[in-house]
Amino acid sequence: MVVDLIFLIFLAIGLIFNTLGVIGILRFPDVFTRLHAETKTTTFGTIFLGLAVVVYGASHFFGTGDGQYIVLSVHTIIAVIALAFTNATGAHAIARAAHRSGQKPAEAVVDRLAEVNP
Amino acid sequence: MIPFILTALFAFIIYLLLTAGSGELVLWSGPELAMGAFLSLVTATISRGFFCANRDYRMANPVRWGTLAAYLIGPFFIEMAKANVDVAYRVITGRIRPGIVRIRPGLKTDLGVLLLANSITLTPGTLTVHVDEETNDFFVHMINIKPGVEQKETADIMDVEAFFSFPRWIRRIAE
Repeated sequence: MVVDLIFLIFLAIGLIFNTLGVIGILRFPDVFTRLHAETKTTTFGTIFLGLAVVVYGASHFFGTGDGQYIVLSVHTIIAVIALAFTNATGAHAIARAAHRSGQKPAEAVVDRLAEVNP
Repeated sequence: MIPFILTALFAFIIYLLLTAGSGELVLWSGPELAMGAFLSLVTATISRGFFCANRDYRMANPVRWGTLAAYLIGPFFIEMAKANVDVAYRVITGRIRPGIVRIRPGLKTDLGVLLLANSITLTPGTLTVHVDEETNDFFVHMINIKPGVEQKETADIMDVEAFFSFPRWIRRIAE
């Protein structure tokens, strides 16, 4: 009962943040600010979606003792860790490539990178 | 010999994680354990040269892994939660003041630079764009620069983060 409630709360938080990420991609002015919306909110939202799966798997494991639920939980944790690392690294690579190919940040008040790497 | 043992151990732990819940010996079945041991030895034979390429064994210390876990669950998760509320606020209102600043964390190892760059990318309105490979300076795109910070030649780490000094934690983990 309590577990079902926690599960639903985690799912709701995850979906809300993923939705905000999508809205951010549509609203922000340039590639860098769009990457902000895309990497942070989607990683955070997906961590909560993963936590919901882990809670579900753990509760069923302690309820039934069936090994397949622990497999589900552990694999979800590994997928979330891999996602967090690759998401950050991918965002870094896209941002660096964009800046080197001449995409300057829109509405910027300061750009220290353009001084050393024009 | 040391690279071989470390690679085999690491591969075996990953195999155990992926096959947890397969049987009755604690959580694993006998055939899975035997197959895991065999495959980790094969993996170690092939890839020991890549895995320990720089002959740097300080990450073999379990205390560092414990610190890394504490860092991820504690300061990092709090900063990340705050980051998301902050970015959500900016998505809804559209109030942004972007720019690229330079920070000088003073880290020396590649692993430390990697951890800090990823931490910065996943926390409050900041995104690592470029790392200077000689001085290890970071160029960080911020979505909302506080007034005054754009005048400084190198920004302070506390202008970028909100509560915790990440470089101090990273130095404890990776250096």
